[in-house]
Amino acid sequence: VLHTTRPLHTTQQSLAPVPPLPEKGGEVRHGLIPEEFFQFLYPKTGVTGPYMLGTGLLLYLLSKEIYVVNHETAAAACILTVIVYAIKKFGADVAAFADKLNEEKVATALAMKNEAMQALQTAIEEEKKEQWRAEGRSYLFDAKRNNIAMLLETNYRERLLMVYNEVKKRLDYQVAMQTLKRQKEQDHMIQWVEKNVIQSITPQQQKESIAKCILDLKALSKSAHAAV
Amino acid sequence: GPLSERPLLEVRLGELHTWISTCSFSPQGLLGAVQRACSSYCAKYIHVKQGGPAGISMLLAGYCLLSYGWNYQHFSKTSYFRSS
Repeated sequence: VLHTTRPLHTTQQSLAPVPPLPEKGGEVRHGLIPEEFFQFLYPKTGVTGPYMLGTGLLLYLLSKEIYVVNHETAAAACILTVIVYAIKKFGADVAAFADKLNEEKVATALAMKNEAMQALQTAIEEEKKEQWRAEGRSYLFDAKRNNIAMLLETNYRERLLMVYNEVKKRLDYQVAMQTLKRQKEQDHMIQWVEKNVIQSITPQQQKESIAKCILDLKALSKSAHAAV
Repeated sequence: GPLSERPLLEVRLGELHTWISTCSFSPQGLLGAVQRACSSYCAKYIHVKQGGPAGISMLLAGYCLLSYGWNYQHFSKTSYFRSS
């Protein structure tokens, strides 16, 4: 039976969560007469009172023809027999089936609730971990500062090296220029001196120097002969 | 509690007259009374975790009795023992 028509918020203070349904309904005897009737008659007439009342009422209705017996009575009797037999035989199975359906619904709802709670729990733990991670900010910034300092240092040293190299190149150039100039001067001077000397040696002087050399050689050979 | 607030089952026979005088017979009042009766019956016999055949069978039995009462003239006329 559906529970959708149950009125909610009947009192001013509506309870949330909604209170659970009662386990069993009101007691009904023989499926037709509520138990309150029997309890109502119990103090005056005991246990058999309502049954006596029922029998008397039935006989009165029949005898006075207030309840007319016709073909519909037979039909009603057959139908009632079949209904009672069906309820007695299949009642428990149908009840178990309905209970199973209900339990499945409740189980899915419970599973959803548990899943939601699990998800929130993991979210809480993740958040705590993130908070712990955020505490390590200072280390991160220190590392970054170190990186930047190193970059600056390397840059500075690179430029220093460049400056040194450039200055050295210029100085080397100057040095090379000076040595080249000196060499050229030397070569030029030597050539000039040789040229002048060769020019100044006239043929006469050449003969005289050759004769002098021969005389010297003779003198030397004589001294060498004498030494030997 | 006060007389006008009690449900019908808790009113004693002697106070029935005064109780009837306190309840409102305007359309809203009657409608409210019918709604309260319906909701109390449903809450007691239908909206339970393990209801049996009792909830619907009582309604069907009431319907049978009512329809018998409405068609009594017809029954008494076409009876096999036509004495009334």
